[in-house]
Amino acid sequence: MDINDIIKPENKVYSKSPLLTDNIMHYCPGCTHGVVHKILAEVIGEMGIQDKTIGISPVGCAVLAYNYIDIDWEQAAHGRAPALATAAKRLNPDKYVFTYQGDGDLASIGTAEIIHACNRGENIVVIFINNAIYGMTGGQMAPTTLLGQVTATTPYGRKAELNGFPLKITELVAQLEGTCFVTRQSAQNPAAVRKAKKAVRKAFENSMMNKGTSFVEFVGTCNSGWKMTPVKANQWMEENMFPFYPLGDIKDR
Amino acid sequence: MAVKGAIVVDTERCKGCSVCIVNCPTQTIALSKKVNGKGYNFAYMANPDNCTGCTNCATVCPDSVITVYRVKI
Amino acid sequence: MAEKILMKGNEAIAYGAIRYGCDGYFGYPITPQSEVMETLMAEKPWETTGMVVLQAESETSSINMLYGGACTGKKVMTSSSSPGISLMCEGMSYLAGAELPCLIVNVMRGGPGLGTIQPSQSDYFQCVKGGGHGDYKMIVLAPASAQDMYDFVDKAFELAFKYRTPAMILSDGVIGQMMEKVELRPIKPRRTAEEIDAQCEWACTGRKSGRKKHMITSLALEAPVQEAANIRLQEKYKEIEEKEALFATYRTEDAEYLLVAFGSMSRLSESVVDLARENGIKMGLLRPITLFPYPKQALESLIPQLKSIASVELNSGQMVEDIRLIVNGRVPVYHFGRMGGMIPSPEEIYEAFVKTINR
Repeated sequence: MDINDIIKPENKVYSKSPLLTDNIMHYCPGCTHGVVHKILAEVIGEMGIQDKTIGISPVGCAVLAYNYIDIDWEQAAHGRAPALATAAKRLNPDKYVFTYQGDGDLASIGTAEIIHACNRGENIVVIFINNAIYGMTGGQMAPTTLLGQVTATTPYGRKAELNGFPLKITELVAQLEGTCFVTRQSAQNPAAVRKAKKAVRKAFENSMMNKGTSFVEFVGTCNSGWKMTPVKANQWMEENMFPFYPLGDIKDR
Repeated sequence: MAVKGAIVVDTERCKGCSVCIVNCPTQTIALSKKVNGKGYNFAYMANPDNCTGCTNCATVCPDSVITVYRVKI
Repeated sequence: MAEKILMKGNEAIAYGAIRYGCDGYFGYPITPQSEVMETLMAEKPWETTGMVVLQAESETSSINMLYGGACTGKKVMTSSSSPGISLMCEGMSYLAGAELPCLIVNVMRGGPGLGTIQPSQSDYFQCVKGGGHGDYKMIVLAPASAQDMYDFVDKAFELAFKYRTPAMILSDGVIGQMMEKVELRPIKPRRTAEEIDAQCEWACTGRKSGRKKHMITSLALEAPVQEAANIRLQEKYKEIEEKEALFATYRTEDAEYLLVAFGSMSRLSESVVDLARENGIKMGLLRPITLFPYPKQALESLIPQLKSIASVELNSGQMVEDIRLIVNGRVPVYHFGRMGGMIPSPEEIYEAFVKTINR
């Protein structure tokens, strides 16, 4: 069969979400952010809530998320996205409000904000990207950096006695009464992406049901920061990140 | 009944990360020897006869540059 | 006859917020302004006007809740006192950079550090000059009575939305804790969603079909873009300086000596003026009501008739620097003040003044 007989509009089974803008993402090749952006765009598009959604972007690589998903965006100071989301949602309860935060933003400088927003049970969605490193500033240690992991500020590997332990913020958040859905996902292969998309959709649906905070962690890669190829980074993540940050739902009620 | 697929890669937006290649179950995709305007070797259908239009490649593509087509034959 | 109620300055802020259509208050307790949130919680405005009131986990979070709410076009406010305002400075800079309207109330106490819970005006530099990083200013209103506290809630929101910029009510523990009669002005209802869309075409209210997405940020990675943003801000501040300066005068018509004082010290300074007049000294008072924009023109017009000027402040001499910039050496400029929560008596100020004319 000639290829041109296949490539016809009526045969199209997958294409870029119309909610993704035409801007070329600034992310490095293979970056997990791109996949999670796509998941968000598809979920918001499929739910038909583009006109009711407010996204809150962080400081970090995803600061420019507002360039890529065609919804209204507020860009927060470092770590403060859950505070913005709290007010945006309480003042506009008919809107879907989500934060999009990296590990430094959410689990280091913004620890107070995320813990208290989750503990109050704000009816928001939190998308947490954990790639165990500070990508934007050049690959320094994150709160989630694994023991032994080499970064720009742990050049001999993270040592507990010097740098403390990697923070399992997601398990911490799951213990709070205010959270209704806490899950850890990944996006390195098709099965993982499809599963993660279901989790994100559930989180968005929860936010209109007055159930409390939905928290979706993505264990992701930063191949530039980790100094690996994208494919190798996905393997390294499966071998090293997943044992310490196991995937799956931690809480669902 | 069999299915036959094809992909179209937006080569100027592709960054050549190769995540699609390792996630293709039929070894359809490879990196081109040519480079795009940004200097990336981009993904292309090296073995078009293999493609089943399963959408795995497009699902994992971080830059959403792959469009997938499928027909039943 | 309008209804008058006896209340604290801090309570007047709370009633002003409810009755002037504020959409949300986010705060953290700190003396001497805790009555603001306590009053709001007791009044439960979420059951009447629909106003949201939330006790946040910190001042840092409060100010960022303002940012989150202001992005959606809502009238949002917080209140705090000096140490809490320091924590908010990061957020204030972001609010100014992103050009978001909101109201911040600072009921000042003495510092530095944890300082004292007693009244002070030592945050003048911090608040009038910006506070956080970057080239920015906030509109700053200085109330001198509980009635001002009430009225300035409306005035501050009006200016904040007119210019898309944060506004501050810079008060102190004297005004916050003092009980006075407050006339309750007519209620202004909260704006509807349609009214917000019409007033704030920039707001994040969900991307409707037919319009582009709204992105509110203070980020400009490219230098020319940042400079353009800086120029736009400075032009806005210039317009504010030209149009919005507010002041009051007391017995200045024939004055040869001028006191300049804001907030609580402007009230005390009226007594100093009266005392001087009883002693045959032609003294007057200029009270800046807006500290940014500073009433430069009002001061300028008085200079030709003056022999000297004295700034009366509850600090080591902060506003006096602005006065000296305007006066530029034409007449002597003095500073009289106490620090650390101590409040001078009118006699004390008058005696300090007498020393300047006898020297």
